[in-house]
Amino acid sequence: MLLIRSSVGRKIIMAVTGQLMVLFVILHVAGNMTIYFDLINAYAEKLHAFPPIVWSYRIIMITVVLTHIVFGLILKIENLLSNPHGYVIKQSIRKTFASETMIWSGAFIALFIVYHLFHFTVQSINPELSARLNTDAMGRPDVMNMLVGNFQIASIGLFYVSGMIALLLHLSHGVQSSFQTLGLNSEKSIPIIVKAGKLAAFLIFVAYVSIPILIMVGLMDL
Amino acid sequence: MDLSLFVWRQQAPDVQGEMVAYSAKGISEDMSFLEMLDVVNEGLISNGEVPIAFDHDCREGICGTCSQVINGVPHGPMERTTVCQLHMRNFKDGDTIFIEPLRAKAFPILKDLIVDRGALDRIIQEGGYISVHTGGVPDANSVLISRKDAETAMDASECIGCGACVAACPNGSAMLFTASKVSHLAALPQGKIEADQRVRSMTNAMKKEQFGNCSNHYECNAVCPKGVKISFIAKLNREFIKSMISGDSSD
Repeated sequence: MLLIRSSVGRKIIMAVTGQLMVLFVILHVAGNMTIYFDLINAYAEKLHAFPPIVWSYRIIMITVVLTHIVFGLILKIENLLSNPHGYVIKQSIRKTFASETMIWSGAFIALFIVYHLFHFTVQSINPELSARLNTDAMGRPDVMNMLVGNFQIASIGLFYVSGMIALLLHLSHGVQSSFQTLGLNSEKSIPIIVKAGKLAAFLIFVAYVSIPILIMVGLMDL
Repeated sequence: MDLSLFVWRQQAPDVQGEMVAYSAKGISEDMSFLEMLDVVNEGLISNGEVPIAFDHDCREGICGTCSQVINGVPHGPMERTTVCQLHMRNFKDGDTIFIEPLRAKAFPILKDLIVDRGALDRIIQEGGYISVHTGGVPDANSVLISRKDAETAMDASECIGCGACVAACPNGSAMLFTASKVSHLAALPQGKIEADQRVRSMTNAMKKEQFGNCSNHYECNAVCPKGVKISFIAKLNREFIKSMISGDSSD
């Protein structure tokens, strides 16, 4: 199939799966923000109310993530093979730290996702704080207690923040790159999309890390 | 001015090359970079040494033959300038200059600074043509083209096929080159007939020739002596998507 075999086709797969994941990341962080309105337990309960939807959503996301990883690796390996002879001196003019380290920020995010799933979905890391085992006054899984308890442990909070730094780097290149690959831009809009992509990456980053940081410094408590 | 040079010397494709130090003395600031190398070569020849092999042809910045990586930048430090149009006034007395060939898997080194860029020709052969009636010369302006389209095609056609984009690309990708060729013909009514087939064949050829995949670093545009824009890469991508939707499914 052209989409899978062609260089441009593979990049289109990367762009589409990438944008789906950006949408997910935005939805996810919007959900996280319910913590500021003391609604996180209510939100979590509603979110998991209908298991078939939860599981279809999970299966789609797993497929998208794995597709992005597999094609990302294929493209990276091809690229390494296409440029095997290093220059004695090479100056870079336009590429950025973020664009150069996509494979590493991506790998770190993948590692983070695995940890994050065991942490807050399977809840097998620090099981005594598990929301499934501890319910709040209204009998709902106590997500707030799980978050505060976990993020008060500095190593967990810092690992979460470093995962989000990787996400910030990955998106600061990835968002604009996906628009370019899908041709969803024009000569005039390219510089705007480049800036907007970085801004979006930064806003997503700030929204995510605000919670563990506020908990770590003690400004957010039960 | 006097300069110290480090030049990549490689006797043959399969021989290990190395950087060799030379000094260039009494160089005028009005010389082009290639003329400076000519002076160095004169010295080498009179000493009975083998001169530095490098590609050059028109020496007026339009043929795309001269391509060297100077201090880590294809075509050197001046923006939108080929090596032959790079003048020595851009350097200072006592400067050290590193000169290397364009490096990519698809560009095997033949000798010293000369690489085989035939892979670019083979991409062109896959789709850089249009169908026209042979026979009598058509009337002027019988095919109407809007000014906007004409300008777009003209901008894309500025590519001189020098290969600097490939040499600058961290992935050794020829996307800017291929995109300029695809965009040039796709922008014009004469190019529409083969548009679907062209973008597929040329991107396939790009892969077959072992060029890498574009990851949107945009290093290519920064070194392009003609300033070919990255918006043409986006156009190639749109042409590709169009061909997937409307083209026939057989490759």
